[in-house]
Amino acid sequence: MPLTDHQSVIAIQGVSKVFNQGRDNRVAALENINVEIRAGELVSLLGPSGCGKSTLLRVIGDLTSPTGGQVRINGKAAPQARLDRDYGMVFQQATLYDWRSVSKNVQLPLEVMNYPKAKRETRAAEMLKLVQLEEFGRHYPWQLSGGMQQRVAIARALAFEPSILLMDEPFGALDEMTRERMQLELLRIWGQTKTTVVFVTHSIPEAVFLSSRVVVMSARPGRVSGVIEIDLPYPRGFETREHPHFFQKITEVRECLRREEVKGSTT
Amino acid sequence: MAVLLVLCAMWEGYKAIGAAVDGTTPCGQRRMPICANDTSMPHLGNILRALFEPPRRGSEEILLATLVKSALFTWREAAAGFIFGSLFGFALGALLGRFLLLERSLMPYIVASQTVPLLAIAPMIVIWGSRLNMPAWWSVAIISAYLTFFPVTINTLRGLRSPNPTAVELMRSYAASEMQMLWKLRLPAALPYVFTALKVSASISIIGAIIGELPSGIPNGLGRVLLTFSYYYISGPEKLYAAIFGAALLGILFSVIVAQIERVVLPEGRRLEG
Repeated sequence: MPLTDHQSVIAIQGVSKVFNQGRDNRVAALENINVEIRAGELVSLLGPSGCGKSTLLRVIGDLTSPTGGQVRINGKAAPQARLDRDYGMVFQQATLYDWRSVSKNVQLPLEVMNYPKAKRETRAAEMLKLVQLEEFGRHYPWQLSGGMQQRVAIARALAFEPSILLMDEPFGALDEMTRERMQLELLRIWGQTKTTVVFVTHSIPEAVFLSSRVVVMSARPGRVSGVIEIDLPYPRGFETREHPHFFQKITEVRECLRREEVKGSTT
Repeated sequence: MAVLLVLCAMWEGYKAIGAAVDGTTPCGQRRMPICANDTSMPHLGNILRALFEPPRRGSEEILLATLVKSALFTWREAAAGFIFGSLFGFALGALLGRFLLLERSLMPYIVASQTVPLLAIAPMIVIWGSRLNMPAWWSVAIISAYLTFFPVTINTLRGLRSPNPTAVELMRSYAASEMQMLWKLRLPAALPYVFTALKVSASISIIGAIIGELPSGIPNGLGRVLLTFSYYYISGPEKLYAAIFGAALLGILFSVIVAQIERVVLPEGRRLEG
């Protein structure tokens, strides 16, 4: 259930992640990451490829374990949060199961969690309505466009009402126009469900448009180089993209990224 | 249909060339790679005609009837072998998929089992079968299953491993158990692969049944028919060819039946090509 007070829902303390420890191809994907995310926030993890943002998301989701530091979600350790199904996840590929209809895809987590049949079906219908795909329940994934498939993936991720949504470049595979529409969709859904969202992206405008805070990361090793507050008012719409303050913020984020790039290339 | 006509034309055309070049002298002239005379390559018309004549003087039914009856007999053995072999192959594939250690240790032996010549093993299986007082056709079904299980195992394994890592991560994010992952993700993902193997196994099971019949002395199957006609080849090559085509047709038909079942079970978007 979404929390209404502003304690931190996700606390990442001193997290590091090293792949192939002790071997020649050792890679420090993450180094000493400290981030706190409050309830109901939409926070972006932004950075170039290789900065560890997807790895960090997976550490939060307990799909991989950190080599150092700890993650607490809703006050619990990450593995417990996963077992308690505290979060839903959306990946870059929609990854719908193509032997299941759209509605059955949305019901997948509910089946795993042993919801009774009637409840599953009502929830699936509600979620499809939320993402505005209610007539497509009986269709199959290959009959839908990329953007529609991602909307189904979002519906699926929210089906069991998690308090947290983890999204790994969910609009990365879509074309620019669809991406902008999906960003508006996401803001609308977020406004309605008040879920805490952690959003990984490599697009500066996307990060600035969506989030209340942008965590800028840099690569080799993955570090947090800065956290930038985006004080544009909500609800945001397409006119926000033309607001001068929007461009100021984009520039601010870009400078932060460039500072790290320059630092990285001179050391 | 068109392909069939082209093949028939090629057959007769080859014979015509042979007649023009060599006359009908027996091979040894080294001008054509395969003998084109009437003994080695009977005219297609003659093959067709032989279908409607009794295979031996004194037998009452025509060749076509004999072939159909023996084909049906062989088909029943092959079907039993196919079902048993497919179930076993699927179970084995699922087991190997679940336990990596088993796969690593058993796979070499499984592959080796297929490289051993079946003609050598078949008589052994027949003898063991008769020692255990099994009906002869059971041994044939076992031999058929022996050839059938391998493609099904390999493809089941492949299919169970086919889901991309993201699909697996998704299930893990739901804290799904291994059983749930198997039932809801891996098995449905494996189904198209399994059907591809089944279509192949269908025709292979016929081959297995025919080979199995040879040492077991069963009189009513295609194996015996083929053997007999091969003994009397010189006096009537058409009969052997007719029987060969019949056996091939049986394999094709069985495969087509399995393909039709696939059409029912898997919707269009899910079938693998070929």
